[in-house]
Amino acid sequence: MSSEFVLETRNLVKEFKGFTAVDNVDLKVRRGHIHALIGPNGAGKTTVFNLLTKFLIPTRGQILFNDQDITSLKSAAIARMGIIRSFQISAVFPHMTALENVRVALQRFEGSSFHFWKSEKSLNKLNDKAYALLESVGLQEFANTVTVELSYGRKRALELATTLAMEPELVLLDEPTQGMGHEDVDRVVELIRKAAEGRTILMVEHNLSVVSKLCDRITVLTRGAVLTEGNYQEVSQNPVVKEAYMGSEATTLEGAH
Amino acid sequence: MMTPISENTATKRYVENALRSERRHFKIYAVLLLLALVAPFVVYPVFLMKILCFALFAVAFNLLLGYVGLLSFGHAAFLATGGYTTGYLLSTYSGFSTELAILLATAASTLLGLLFGVLAIRRQGIYFAMITLALAQLVFFFYLQSPFTGGEDGMHGIPRGALLGFIDLQNNLMMYYFVLAVFVFGFGLVRRIVHSPYGQILKAIKENEPRATSLGYNVDQYKLVAFVVSAGLAGLAGSVKTIVFQLASLNDAHWHMSGEVVLMTLLGGVGTLLGPVIGAAFVVSLEHQLAQSALGNWVNVILGIIFIVCVLTFRAGIVGEFQKFFKKNFR
Repeated sequence: MSSEFVLETRNLVKEFKGFTAVDNVDLKVRRGHIHALIGPNGAGKTTVFNLLTKFLIPTRGQILFNDQDITSLKSAAIARMGIIRSFQISAVFPHMTALENVRVALQRFEGSSFHFWKSEKSLNKLNDKAYALLESVGLQEFANTVTVELSYGRKRALELATTLAMEPELVLLDEPTQGMGHEDVDRVVELIRKAAEGRTILMVEHNLSVVSKLCDRITVLTRGAVLTEGNYQEVSQNPVVKEAYMGSEATTLEGAH
Repeated sequence: MMTPISENTATKRYVENALRSERRHFKIYAVLLLLALVAPFVVYPVFLMKILCFALFAVAFNLLLGYVGLLSFGHAAFLATGGYTTGYLLSTYSGFSTELAILLATAASTLLGLLFGVLAIRRQGIYFAMITLALAQLVFFFYLQSPFTGGEDGMHGIPRGALLGFIDLQNNLMMYYFVLAVFVFGFGLVRRIVHSPYGQILKAIKENEPRATSLGYNVDQYKLVAFVVSAGLAGLAGSVKTIVFQLASLNDAHWHMSGEVVLMTLLGGVGTLLGPVIGAAFVVSLEHQLAQSALGNWVNVILGIIFIVCVLTFRAGIVGEFQKFFKKNFR
């Protein structure tokens, strides 16, 4: 628990048939930080992400969580250790109500998830806690709404509530503001800030204004390899980053998207 | 809780909604059960028993397709295993207890389900369907070649025996009520599973499997349990069917049967509890009517056309469409 870095990768490599998507990535995510992984399209951000959450198997290298090697563990196993991810497309259970969505997550701690002989009424004791989580992301009015009927931004908020229900130590967010309008983006930024209290967050994000507002540390990837790392100031001043992002050194890295 | 009245109202409303829909369902079940109890005095009991056996088979299949989203194309293997095991036990050992034969047959299908499940569950979609089909074909050829099944002739004259040693099952009415009891048990079990804490996880897996995984659920294990239960219930249906007709035939093991149960389930309404029951009743009745008419040879063609019409126009199936209509107009 006391280790300085929650998550660490060593020489992480992923090759797809003669193409190296992730090339010797060493990543260190400090406890309590909001850490961003940025880079131009095709830089391998999502691949790194999928490696970390075991949706892909690394070709070489090591992944450590609290100094423990988790390279060979499965997705569900690392989720139980406290690493919870989000997805690019909002990950909700569409034909369940918002309340039920959160309850599915809470249910894992009950140890009743294989109990097929019990009534689902036994889950009602989780309702208050689920509701409190919905309230924390501003969805209290929609507790009984079937999720398909929620707007995109609200689905993402619901996803976050579900993630928080797992009381994760490390949250991995895959482009949390992708495809959102301004208002939704601001709301999600606030939600992430709130969620980060007492937790560590690693996020892939395109929107640099979001990164500048939220993140303590930024790793820039290009062509599968780490280009540089630092805080927003350092990274945005770095000429190599500007070139990789803008194609030329001339423009300053603006916080726009 | 210090805060909001709203907290109480939202969760209270949730609990109330669930209760209301449960009550409505139980009213429907009560009416149907009442009809089923008086039906043998109006309709030929053997025909009704056929419907109940297939309905149980379809209900078992729907647990997988409707509530886990797994399309098994090998369920005939479980139906047949239930049937042949029962037939073998009852005709080989004279005086073998009927209820024990049913239990053992169900256990045999459950075990076979475990074997199928372990091999197939890691795959999804069409691959899952194909693996179950391939395994079921192996089982078909096993039954075709094995001496004890009578090959293409099947097993005939299987004694029905007496239930618990004193309820004579030769009496069609007794037999009918026994089959009805078995069906109610199977239906009740599936209903319980669907509306259980475990059922919620199944629903989550069906809705968004990667997300369920990322919440820490080992989805393969959950699917496997459902697969095994479904196989066991299909075996139970096969076993009872064999006792009703005193006959176990290769038809039950044929892939046609796996297809027919898909048809029954889709036609009735996949993912609804009563859908497969209505679907089975519809298909069995239709086959029965056609077999007696001049169109006897056209059964498959007519079923095929009905299937196409169903998929094109009322995709949710009979019960599914009815539910939609009800939701739109009465709530």
